Amino acid sequence: MTDHDVPSTSRDAVDPEPWKRNAAAGLAFLRRRLTGDYQVDDFGYDEDFTRHVLMPPLRLLYDKWFRIETIGMENVPAGGALLVANHSGTVAVDAVMTAMAVADHHPDRRALRMLGADLVFDTPVLGPLARKAGNTLACNPDAERLLSSGELVAVFPEGFKGVGKPFSQRYKLQRFGRGGFVSAAVRTGVPIIPVSIVGAEEIYPMLANIKPLARALGLPYFPVTPTFPLLGPLGAIPLPSKWYIEFGEPIPTDGFAEGAAEDPMVVFDLTDHVRETIQQTLYRLLTLRGHPFLG
Amino acid sequence: MAGMTVLVTGVTRYLGSALAGRLAADPRVDRVIGVDATMPEPAARARMGTAEFARTDIRNPLIARVLEAAEVDTVVHASASATPASSAARSMVKEMNVIGTMQLLAACQRSPGVRNLVVRSTTAVYGASSRDPAIFTETTRPRSEPTRGPGRDAVDIEGYIRGFGRRRPDVRIAVPRLADILGPTVLTPLTRYLSLSPLVPTILGLDARLQVVHERDAVGVLEHLALGDFAGTVNVAGDGSLMLGQAIRRAGRVPFPVPGIAVGGLGRAFRALRIGGFSAEQLRALTAGRVVDTTVLKEEAGYQPEFSTMAAFDDFARTLTPAVHPDLIRSAEQRLAHTLRLDTGPDQVDAPEAEGRLP
Repeated sequence: MTDHDVPSTSRDAVDPEPWKRNAAAGLAFLRRRLTGDYQVDDFGYDEDFTRHVLMPPLRLLYDKWFRIETIGMENVPAGGALLVANHSGTVAVDAVMTAMAVADHHPDRRALRMLGADLVFDTPVLGPLARKAGNTLACNPDAERLLSSGELVAVFPEGFKGVGKPFSQRYKLQRFGRGGFVSAAVRTGVPIIPVSIVGAEEIYPMLANIKPLARALGLPYFPVTPTFPLLGPLGAIPLPSKWYIEFGEPIPTDGFAEGAAEDPMVVFDLTDHVRETIQQTLYRLLTLRGHPFLG
Repeated sequence: MAGMTVLVTGVTRYLGSALAGRLAADPRVDRVIGVDATMPEPAARARMGTAEFARTDIRNPLIARVLEAAEVDTVVHASASATPASSAARSMVKEMNVIGTMQLLAACQRSPGVRNLVVRSTTAVYGASSRDPAIFTETTRPRSEPTRGPGRDAVDIEGYIRGFGRRRPDVRIAVPRLADILGPTVLTPLTRYLSLSPLVPTILGLDARLQVVHERDAVGVLEHLALGDFAGTVNVAGDGSLMLGQAIRRAGRVPFPVPGIAVGGLGRAFRALRIGGFSAEQLRALTAGRVVDTTVLKEEAGYQPEFSTMAAFDDFARTLTPAVHPDLIRSAEQRLAHTLRLDTGPDQVDAPEAEGRLP
């Protein structure tokens, strides 16, 4: 992956006015978009767009709003790996921030290819954006294709059960699906990296869930937070909690016998192991953080 | 395999006529008979080269007599799953595609001389929904099979082919599933849509991956399958993909996003104004976003497409007159940079672009 945001030091030396270069780069970007002169991969990942349009505002949120600190980035390899993370926060901001962490703070500034719910890809505007950012539907064929081509894939096995859980249940991991992600990792022989995210639970504390409204709108839940729907659009502003994202030690999956990916015992054991690791790390990070907002 | 006799359907269209011409020029082939219900136009006749033409409707049982009289051993049904060049009535297209294929298969079944059968299918059989994997392999079972339109026809046709295969296990059957064909010569709903100028309607909030196969590769793969020994179903598409909005820009046009609910009305308006190239159904199909895996094509069938999706698209776009010329945008960029005294030579302006390209 190339990188266009961080200018090389040699160019800094000869260029006394960085804004000029930024403006020129912006114009060049605009020209590329207007003439269609860019590349997307088979999944629709548009690196040019992601790095230049999506990431800059998210970077502000990451650095200034949530003051995110990462731990254990050295555990994220240069090749294929499956990141498995806890999921929380009513809106899946945690997923986006994890992608930012890897894109900005991994030595190779890697793209994180996340697996999302079909609801995401069903939604106009959001669905195409999610694809442009490199994400795809959570299904084994896509996961295995990405993993075997050496990509970094992230999955949030709690799904809506995790993001949509009430505030009182914060940092209590929900059920980890059926372990489809473990089969994908075992089949492709890539390590699983448990990722523990602390801080996302407090951004939109979900006090209640208006189920009839959720059903009417076809949503998995309709949240009531201290600011939403009370303050209307202002309720969309997340609370500025302090975040930690820890990338745990890789769990190897290449030592298994043939057919282990279909063996429910192997899959359940690995799933439990990953889940337990994340749960323990969450408790440890919570103590480390102290106050949710002052951190 | 000396002395093959090949029957090619749909020779009034580009694919059939170009294929007939290529096969006729092949030393392994003795005789090529091109059939269609109407006479081919001079351009198509010229593409057919030394191939013979027989005016026969494949829906007519007479086709069986052509097969037997000429002792045809290889049948290439190139007109199956063809997209109409004009906005022909849907029922007519279905009739030609489905009933035509049934009749042709029945005729083949009765002709003991037929050893090889190639029937063109389309990647539309995968349908497309946001619940499907991003990339389809030949064995992917789509979450929702297409229930109507060309996709449904192709699913039905493939069903009949499987039935034929059970009744005639001695016949080698190859079914290429072709992505949308694009190139300087073909006329398809997609080429007409992209020829709209300067505004090309798209659906607001939807952008989809587009994958195409160059017309020369489409002909090449049918020829390869007719003369080769591959049996089975195979996806055919150029490598890579591009986004619909990006494609419209590359063709020097401007995407015009229309709210999803207004697309039907717009389609009717276009029809009323007799502006071809746009229909709501087609636009919905285009925004489905379908990309197929072509590993089987390259590794098992042994065919390497000459054009990537991007190259095929650009080869087609060259034939269009751009409404907004890319040079215009480039010079505007340079003028603006100059006015703002950004002092960037063209090399510096282009530098981020070179970096922005994926390897």
